[in-house]
Amino acid sequence: MPVEIREAAFDPWSELARHERALAREGAYGATACFVGTMRDFNEDAEVSAMTLEHYPGMTEKHLEAIVAEAVASWAVLDALIIHRVGALRPGEPIVLVAAWSAHRADAFAACRHLIEELKTRAPFWKKEQLADRARWVEHNAP
Amino acid sequence: MSIRVRYFASLRERLGRAGDEIAPDPAVRTVADVWTRVGRGHPLPDNTLVAINMEYASFAHEVREGDEVAFFPPVTGG
Repeated sequence: MPVEIREAAFDPWSELARHERALAREGAYGATACFVGTMRDFNEDAEVSAMTLEHYPGMTEKHLEAIVAEAVASWAVLDALIIHRVGALRPGEPIVLVAAWSAHRADAFAACRHLIEELKTRAPFWKKEQLADRARWVEHNAP
Repeated sequence: MSIRVRYFASLRERLGRAGDEIAPDPAVRTVADVWTRVGRGHPLPDNTLVAINMEYASFAHEVREGDEVAFFPPVTGG
């Protein structure tokens, strides 16, 4: 159940397809739920031309792995995947992919939601936005 | 063994450095003591979070020689 921090751009849909092909127990899962977060070009009344994502190496991976372990302990998760960018991003680029595989949809949806909500609450990433006239740090998550 | 201190994101920019080291000192017992030592009079932003050895902790938490103490703003990943 990999957790990956990526310095380079990635395509979440290719990653999902690649991961599904490699799943050890084909035919065991009936449900795949995923969330993709993408960088937007507008945030809180300002146009954003670029973003830099910083993280705390070591702590990030540790807490993402713990979040996956919680999902496995709470729901019937057959597999899970988290990929998160760091470094420089442009609008339209994916920031994060989380996915969960399960026999049935209730567990897949619930686990997927847990992965992204806990990531946004606990994983030590920070976003810095480039606006027209200055750079600013994002200070809180959107709902 | 000293205590290694690290700062991230806007707090790092505000302080103008990424980290500090504190020599062993019996007067430095808690995270709050660490900040008193390294903050150099800078007010600590109200919403600053703390981790000790990469686990979230409170300002009252005790620190030991060899610990890594990180101060950072609320996280905004995802």
